[in-house]
Amino acid sequence: MRRIRAAAVITLATALAAGVTGCGGGTSTDEGGGNDSPKTLTYWASNQGPNIEADKKILTPELKKFEKETGIKVKLEVVPWSDLLTRILAATTSGQGPDVLNIGNTWSASLQATGALLPWDDKNFEAIGGRDRFVDSAVASAGADGQPPAAVPLYSLAYALYYNKQMFADAGIDGPPATWDELVADGKKLSKDGKWALGAEGGNLSNNIHQVFALGQQHGDNFFDASGKPTFTTDGNVAAVKQYVDFMAKDKIIAPGNAEYAQNQSLTDFAKGRTAMVLWQAAASTFASQGMKPEDWGAAPVPVPSGAPGTGKQVNSMVAGINIAVFKNTKNLEGAKKFVKFMTSDAEQKLLNKTYGSIPPVAAAQADPAFAAPDLKVLRDTLANSAAPLPQVPEESQFETAVGTAVKDLWADAASGTPVTTESVKKRLDKAQQQMQQ
Amino acid sequence: MTSTVTPPVQKSGSGADQGGGDARRRRLPRLPDRVRQGGLPYLLLLPAVLLELLVHIVPMVIGIVMSFRELTQFYINNWGKAPWRAFDNYKIAVDFDAPLGEALLHSFYVTCVFTVITVGLSWLFGMAAAVMLQENFRGRGLLRGIFLTPYALPVYAAVITWAFMFQRDNGMINHVLHDQLGLTDEPSFWLIGDNSFIALVVVAVWKSWPFAFLMLMAGLQNIPRELYEAASIDGAGVWQQIRKITLPSLRPVNQVLVLVLFLWTFNDFNTPYVLFGDSAPEAADLISIHIYQSSFVTWNFGTGSAMSVLLLLFLLLVTAVYLVATSRGRKGSGAV
Repeated sequence: MRRIRAAAVITLATALAAGVTGCGGGTSTDEGGGNDSPKTLTYWASNQGPNIEADKKILTPELKKFEKETGIKVKLEVVPWSDLLTRILAATTSGQGPDVLNIGNTWSASLQATGALLPWDDKNFEAIGGRDRFVDSAVASAGADGQPPAAVPLYSLAYALYYNKQMFADAGIDGPPATWDELVADGKKLSKDGKWALGAEGGNLSNNIHQVFALGQQHGDNFFDASGKPTFTTDGNVAAVKQYVDFMAKDKIIAPGNAEYAQNQSLTDFAKGRTAMVLWQAAASTFASQGMKPEDWGAAPVPVPSGAPGTGKQVNSMVAGINIAVFKNTKNLEGAKKFVKFMTSDAEQKLLNKTYGSIPPVAAAQADPAFAAPDLKVLRDTLANSAAPLPQVPEESQFETAVGTAVKDLWADAASGTPVTTESVKKRLDKAQQQMQQ
Repeated sequence: MTSTVTPPVQKSGSGADQGGGDARRRRLPRLPDRVRQGGLPYLLLLPAVLLELLVHIVPMVIGIVMSFRELTQFYINNWGKAPWRAFDNYKIAVDFDAPLGEALLHSFYVTCVFTVITVGLSWLFGMAAAVMLQENFRGRGLLRGIFLTPYALPVYAAVITWAFMFQRDNGMINHVLHDQLGLTDEPSFWLIGDNSFIALVVVAVWKSWPFAFLMLMAGLQNIPRELYEAASIDGAGVWQQIRKITLPSLRPVNQVLVLVLFLWTFNDFNTPYVLFGDSAPEAADLISIHIYQSSFVTWNFGTGSAMSVLLLLFLLLVTAVYLVATSRGRKGSGAV
């Protein structure tokens, strides 16, 4: 008897528990943040080092430092780039996310539109030492114009042309190309005997976007007009995309296999001496981790059509970078702000940016001599003189996916020998644009 | 636990009344004895029902509600504020002249072809292996174990391995086909372009045929050996035995097996996602990944949900028609 009743009680309890958990899962995320759990923070870091493990090794001692200073324990998770945006979206939708997180600065306006991130108004900026501490262009890439930024700049990056000195010397080339014509000419000399001139990451949608954006600027076009409407199929944009894919399709200076690369295989190829050039942002630490010595490679500004990099049609990079953001519904708002303050402090900025080979967006930290090394100087000059931010529109992430996929499909065409023509490029971009206007 | 408790339930129902029924009687006055005695099974079912609600029904209902709202990035942080859009999301999904509807239709078509091929091959391999392993021979246990390995491996680990094998420059598939056998003039792409469909089918069949094998093997155990002995005395060959004895006897197993394989394959998300990442090539754009893209990639969860609901309706329809058709057929053959 007793056993049956016990069984009944247990079943009922299980049933109730199931019901209760069910209700618990659907908590509204409307309420603002608070300070209910002041002793812990969850932090999603993006993958900045050669791999996830390396990032954990780099960040853990810093988090310990922070814990010692403030008594707040930070739970770290390094999220790979391939998952980061989806994870953030899921966290936004469910309200179950980290307290502090890294975001790609190009997503700032998109995520800002969801209203899930803490806006950095003057008061909040004051808590981390003021907005003036940060470089202007970096803050400009943290949200749409005229609104308080949705995040705070953490690491700044720009694109550079990395080249293998030995392979250039072997091919009898004096120095890195300054214009695209030179790059193609050099590329034809370098692409032989199973080696190739340039690497590309054809399956990586974001990387495709970064490259065609800069080329689009050089053709005098942008992918969005001033009112935020997509303008993917303008002549300039079509020409930009075609120029990029033609490095494989027409000029044959990119190995066909690169069309399916999406896990930084192009960097491995470069480090192993299989390709002579790669267009990348802050690749130094990855090269080192793959056993390449610093004297083996050089960095130069990304080529332009003619002349020197500058503004307007002379732009040769996006303003790349990582921002740090706080989820509005955090249970430890004060702690989260303290953590952002810690991560953007002069000392941490110098240390972390040095380790990752990026440029600190904090002006005072930029003065450190470590950031005057030749390759970092290229990045710094590019950021200061010839980089433009990707469109800061709410639809930016859709743009990255739609146009990124269009370019990926064009790579597949080029690799399999299907002709890449102005019409075929335009058709793909047109499809991408229609996806945006549903 | 239930099995030890269940048998005495009916007898002990009245006993429980005497022991501790007072309190219950006060709370639930005049509950007929029949209901009270029959209550325990329902009580025991309650957790399962609640969990079913929680895991399946509630998300499904939420999904249906979402499909009627404009749930874009501007509203995902606060669903309540998303405007109602009635059937707009559905109109977008089934407008086959517009790019979104056209892409959905294409994806549906790809998925149908993919499902038919994958289920067919999985069943064929499973059947062949099960029949061959009916005979007792040395190493049978080992072979059974090996055949079941793909079913036992975690999907992600297994498909990632396939993704590496399908790489153009360093993958094992091209190493064998191109470098060693020289079957192709140039190394082929498997993860982009049209070949991606073949890659997808290969991995899907590899993943699902052991299940068919397992089910059919179990089904074969139930066919009396005498039937075969009698048939062979009557002079029936192997093929005739398979056609006249094995297949008809396996009918009930096959009915369920093919349905389950169909549903799993049609809804397969893991395989294309792990193989191709966020944006699958057009040739391998399965519907589940297409819907995922439509929701997460364009941040339009309303349209994504509408597509999901359409998919749900389609699968319900197919399942219903299938069950009706096969059951009727079975009755017919039973009469013969």
